[in-house]
Amino acid sequence: MRFRDYRRKFVNIVMLSLTGVCALVSVSILFFVLGYLLVHGWKALSWDFFIKLPAPVGESGGGMGNAIIGSAKLLLIALLSGVPVGLIAGVYLAEFSGKAVGFTVRYVADLLNGVPSIVMGIFIYTVVVLPMHHFSALAGGLALGAMLVPIVLRSTEDFLRGVPSSLREAALALGASRWRAIATVVIPAAGRGITTGILLALARVAGETAPLLFTSFQSQYWSQGFNQPTASLPVMIYTYAISPYENWHRQAWAAGFILLMLVLIANIGARLLLSRRASPARG
Amino acid sequence: MTTTTNILPGGSGKRAGGRIGSWRGRLLTGDKIAHSITLVFAACVVLLGVLLVLQLWWQSSLAREKFGWQFLISSAWNPVTEQFGALPFIYGTLVTSGVALVIAVPLGLGAAIFLAELAPRTLSDIMAFVTELLAAIPSVIIGLIGIFVLVPVLRVYIDPALQSAFGFLPIFAGPIYGVGLMAAGLVLAIMIVPFIITVSREILLAVPADQREAALALGATKWESTWKVVVPYARSGIIGSVFLALARALGETMAVTMVIGNAPVISTSLFAPGNTIASVIANEFAEAMGTMNLQALIELGLVLFAVTIAINALARLLVLATTRKGSSHP
Repeated sequence: MRFRDYRRKFVNIVMLSLTGVCALVSVSILFFVLGYLLVHGWKALSWDFFIKLPAPVGESGGGMGNAIIGSAKLLLIALLSGVPVGLIAGVYLAEFSGKAVGFTVRYVADLLNGVPSIVMGIFIYTVVVLPMHHFSALAGGLALGAMLVPIVLRSTEDFLRGVPSSLREAALALGASRWRAIATVVIPAAGRGITTGILLALARVAGETAPLLFTSFQSQYWSQGFNQPTASLPVMIYTYAISPYENWHRQAWAAGFILLMLVLIANIGARLLLSRRASPARG
Repeated sequence: MTTTTNILPGGSGKRAGGRIGSWRGRLLTGDKIAHSITLVFAACVVLLGVLLVLQLWWQSSLAREKFGWQFLISSAWNPVTEQFGALPFIYGTLVTSGVALVIAVPLGLGAAIFLAELAPRTLSDIMAFVTELLAAIPSVIIGLIGIFVLVPVLRVYIDPALQSAFGFLPIFAGPIYGVGLMAAGLVLAIMIVPFIITVSREILLAVPADQREAALALGATKWESTWKVVVPYARSGIIGSVFLALARALGETMAVTMVIGNAPVISTSLFAPGNTIASVIANEFAEAMGTMNLQALIELGLVLFAVTIAINALARLLVLATTRKGSSHP
């Protein structure tokens, strides 16, 4: 009896400590990745990195100015194409939808959210690249935009549903029609949440590489217009990392560092925005 | 507070608008326009989903007709002779995801138990946030770490150690390259651990406190109450979180492509290079030779799509079932 109790206590302590170790290991992965990129990326960063074209193989120096511009372009197209659809469809789900239609739209959005990004790339390839017969920034941006839609939709719907119905009722009682109440009261009330959702969604697709491989493709030159293949940071990291050249590896670290910083800052910023939101909403 | 939020679903407001007699016409038309516009955008979302399925189906029609179900069980992949079979990629996908689950499930579940049951709320929230950040790291960056840190470490230390200890098992036999199924499984594990932690933690937190208290009152230790009462209570939700993670692992592309070695072969050893469905698409799509090659790759995409959607749906059902069960016992 005594022995059994000791054994149980022993198992208790060992297993509980093990769960702590698991948590510590999982969390430290982030800090390891962050630290490693910080050390290697920082060394490789220079002013040239931001403003120069990639150097040809064998030459040192060069930068990824074209990829930075390219990524910005892709995100702009994604923002313009994906956000309105997700946003307005989210308003529909939260404010207008009936049961059956709402269920269908939500179901399809969940389905789209689960689609592997590379499959989204194939889809955009078949509907944009094949008819146009060439890779283009437009195709890459649309691929990212299509990925934005379900994310923005669900976050918009959630934040709109979080708006207290007393606000809606107050607006309606003042004689506003439903759409006015929604446009001038409900959406502004959820504005910060919706913006945060969009920011997070952008941060998520900014690092996507797979759907860009055969839509926006890659380029060693400055990105021209929206109808040409364009370089982008994630694809650049990929091609440089698997190349055999030391100089390219350094550039990949620098690009990885920039990309990770952008993603983390967006995520932490979004979290801060949301936590600030909690206090004034009480009043 | 929370109950009042849901009082006003779609229909009731419209009825309220209708009751204001003389304003009715003007109000309804404005609302109707707004309703129709938003409906069009919602329809766009559905259209996007439908079009995605149809395009994958149509654009792979030639390959589907030529190879039939043989496509799934043939291991020939030769763009030159136009022989395409998906078996090596299906095998690679299953093996890497399997390795990832073997590593990530105990790690993630352990961490989730710590965060939900042991850690003080503040620490738990901070660590959960860090986990979310980990999930936000782009795949290509995990791949970067994979190539330059993980693969060398595997090649020099871990793989030889495993081989000398368990070399009699076929999965640890054969030459060591560093890149291969093992490395791919490891990067996948890193990428899915955050999902298992986040979802499992939520589910464990939803387990009613009286379950724990009852077990403790019966004299169970903390671990016994957790492992024999709380975890079984949350079982289907935890399994759901594992399926969610699995769906993500199956479709994960970049990190895997960078460390798997990219060879369309089936080998029993985890140290051997391989290929997954997603990685072969990433590698060959842009330079596919001819229509049949492209169609075969799109058919691979179709297979991947079907599998991930099925697993996702199953996972959502399981998670939904548990969280409902949890919240119905206040």
